[in-house]
Amino acid sequence: MRRSMLFLPGNTPNMIINGDSLGADSIILDLEDAVSPDEKDSARLLVRSALERMGFRGVEITVRINSIDTDYWRDDLDAIIPLKPDLIMPPKASCAEDIKTVDAYITEVENRCGIPAGTVKLIPLIETALGVENAFNIATTSPRVTALFLGGEDLTADLRCKRTKQGNEINYARTRLVCAARAAGIDVYDTPFTDVNDDDGIVIDAEYAKSLGFSGKSAIAPRHVKVINEVFSPSLKDIEYAKLVFEAIRLGKEQGKGAVSLRGKMIDKPIVERARQTLEIAKQLGIGGADDE
Amino acid sequence: MNKLVGSIKQAVIDSGLKDGMTVSFHHHLRNGDYVLNMVMEAIAELGIKDLTVNASSLFDAHRPLKEHIKNGVVTHILTDYMSAELGRFISAGNMANPVQFRTHGGRPCDIENGTTPIDVAFIAAPASDCMGNCTGKLGKSACGSLGYAMPDAKNAKFTVVITDELHPYPLTGWSIPETDVNEVVVVESIGDPRGIVSGTTKITRDPVGLSMAMTAVDVIKASGLLKEGFSFQTGAGGASLAAAKYLKDVMLREKIRGSFGLGGITGYMVDMLNEGCFDSLMDVQCFDLKAVESIRDNPRHCEISATHYASPGAKSAVVDSLDVVILGATQIDTDFNINVHTDSNGRIMGGSGGHSDTAAGAKLSMIIAPLSRARLPIVTDRVTCISTPGSTIDVLVTQKGVAVNPKDAELRQRLIDAKINVVDIHELKAMAERTSGVPEKPAIGDRVVADVIYRDGTVIDRICEVRED
Repeated sequence: MRRSMLFLPGNTPNMIINGDSLGADSIILDLEDAVSPDEKDSARLLVRSALERMGFRGVEITVRINSIDTDYWRDDLDAIIPLKPDLIMPPKASCAEDIKTVDAYITEVENRCGIPAGTVKLIPLIETALGVENAFNIATTSPRVTALFLGGEDLTADLRCKRTKQGNEINYARTRLVCAARAAGIDVYDTPFTDVNDDDGIVIDAEYAKSLGFSGKSAIAPRHVKVINEVFSPSLKDIEYAKLVFEAIRLGKEQGKGAVSLRGKMIDKPIVERARQTLEIAKQLGIGGADDE
Repeated sequence: MNKLVGSIKQAVIDSGLKDGMTVSFHHHLRNGDYVLNMVMEAIAELGIKDLTVNASSLFDAHRPLKEHIKNGVVTHILTDYMSAELGRFISAGNMANPVQFRTHGGRPCDIENGTTPIDVAFIAAPASDCMGNCTGKLGKSACGSLGYAMPDAKNAKFTVVITDELHPYPLTGWSIPETDVNEVVVVESIGDPRGIVSGTTKITRDPVGLSMAMTAVDVIKASGLLKEGFSFQTGAGGASLAAAKYLKDVMLREKIRGSFGLGGITGYMVDMLNEGCFDSLMDVQCFDLKAVESIRDNPRHCEISATHYASPGAKSAVVDSLDVVILGATQIDTDFNINVHTDSNGRIMGGSGGHSDTAAGAKLSMIIAPLSRARLPIVTDRVTCISTPGSTIDVLVTQKGVAVNPKDAELRQRLIDAKINVVDIHELKAMAERTSGVPEKPAIGDRVVADVIYRDGTVIDRICEVRED
C-alpha cells in the first residue's frame, strides 16, 4: 500500500537516516533537483551507503535519478540498482522511448549484478506537456512501470503558465494521467503541495487529488505526510459500508436472490470491487476491524 | 512599621549571616536572574566566607559564582540543576567539596526535615508590599508562580524579599505571606525580562521530533490512561511540547476532560486548560508569558509550592496523583536508567529538576529521545550518570520504535495490540550504533565533583572530574 511518497534530498544525511520514521509509505531519495551539480557524486554515495547500511523498515524505497539528457543517470543506476531499491523514478519521462532507454540500462546493471531482470520497478515522473500527452504509452511500454507520477512544477514551466495553489492549470494533466494509469491498470500519484506552512491547503489539495482518482500523493514536507495518509485511507464509514456490502451479498445468497440491494441501491460489480479494495486497504492498515473479515 | 531596608548589604548584615552558614535562592527568574549575583556580591564585600549556596537551580547568568568559589566565599553548592557553563567549571574540579544535586521534590523535603537547613533565604519577588507579602504574578519582572521559593521562605531562619516593584500594603493574592518575611529590599531591577520568560514557547518543526511526539500520543492512548480525569505533565522542549499539542487534538476530538495538568507550565498547557482538556493547572513554575498571564487571571490555574509539587516527605504531593509524564534524556541505558546530569563527555550540563520525582509518581513515565544526537547514540549499555533509576521509567519513545521496560509486560502487550512499533531496547541500541558507531568512553577521573542524591535521600550516583582538554 502506497498512499504517501515523501521526497528526501539525497544530500541530507539527517533526513535520510530517519527516512523510515516519518510516517511515509514510500520515501523518494532524490538525486535530481534537490542536489546541485557539484554535489551529485556525494549524494549518490550517501544514498548508496544509506541503502547498504540503514536497513529501512516498513517503508518503500524509491530513488529519483537524474534525467536521461544529463551525464549522471547511468552513474546513478550503476550505483543504486545493485542495492535493489523498490522503484526508480526517471524524471522528465516524455515518451515510451525514454522509458525503454532506462529499462534497457537497468536490465544491463541487473544482469551484471546477478539480480533477476525486472526486479526493480519504475515510476516515471511525467512533468512535460509531451509526457502528459504520451502518458498511456509511457504507462504500458514496460512491465517495470507500476505507477505514473505527476510533477506539477516543471510541467507548468513547460506549459508556460503560473503554478497556483488552486491548480486549475494542471487539471487537464491530472485527469489525463489518472485516466492513462487506470487504463494501463497501474497506480498514479499526485504532485506535491509545495507550501509547507499551509496546513489547510494540503488537506484541500489531497482531498481533491483523491476525488480525481489518484492512488496517493507526494510530499516535500514531512509534516504533510500524516494528512496525506489520512486522506488516502478509507474512513471508518467507508469500511462499515464495505462490510455491509458483503453482508448483504451473503444474505442474498442465503435467500437465493439473484440481485441484491443495499439501502435501496443495487449492488453491482463496481460497488463490490470498491468494497473489496476498501477492506483490503483497511486490513493492511489494521483499521476499522477489517481483520475480522 | 515596615520591613523595608535600604540595601541588600544592610539586609545581609541584619540577617546575622556569618562564615559557614547557608544562603538560599530560587530560580523562577531563570537565566534572567540578577538577585543571586547581587546578593553574593554584597556578601563577598562584607568578607563573609565558607558559605553554602542552596539554589533550586543555577544558570549561566550566575557565572560570577565561579569567582566566589575561587575566593572561598562559596565552599558548598546544593542545587537541583546546573547549566553547562557552571557545570563545566565544577566538572573541571574547581571546587573542593562535591556539589550536592537533589530533585525538585527532594530539596524542599530536606529543607523541611532539617537535613539542609537554611540560614538566610533571598526571595526574588516581582511584586511585594513593604511587609513582604509578595508574588510573581505582577510587576515588570513577572515570572508567574513562586513555587520553588515557598519552602525556602517558610523554613529559613531569616527571609529577605528583594523586589523591583513595591505595591501598597496589603498586596493581596500573595504567593509568600508577610508571616514568613523578615525584611524587604527594593532594587532597580531583579532581572532581565528576556531571560525570565520567553515570549512564546514554540513547538519544534523538526520532523523527527514531530514523528516521536505523535508516537508518544499513540502510546498514551494505548496505555488506557487517557480517559475522564486524566492528568498530565510534559516538558517545555522539542518533542515533549509537540506531544502536548497532539494530545490536545485527541482530547478535544474524543471529548476527554482531564483533571489537571502539572509542572512547569507553558502556553500549550494553558491552551489545553482554556479549551477544556483539564479542570485545572497545578503550576510550580511558568515558562512563558501566556502561562504568567493565565496564572494571574484564571483561578483554575493554581500556584503550588515545590513541596506540594513533588516532596517525598509531604503527606502527599501532586506527582503522586499524576497519570502520565513525558520526559527527556541525554542518555538512557538498556536498564532504562536515565542521565540528565552530564553530557557525552561526562561534564555536568543539567540536573534532575523534577525528572526523578515525576517519574516515580506517574503511572506512565515516558521518555522521548531521538536514537542519536550530534552523531552520538542516546541508548547505551550504561549511562555516565544515573539521574533517574530505570525502575521508575516505563517507556522509551524514539523515531525508530518504542521500547517498554520489561517490568511493564501488560503495557507492552497493550502497545503491541495498538499496532505500535514495539522493539527491544537492546535492538534500539544496536540500531543507534549501526548508524553512529560505538562512541569511546569519556576520560573521567576518580575525584568526585558532585553527588546525585535521589529523592529518598540516598546517593544514587557520583559525578567525577573531567579534566579540561
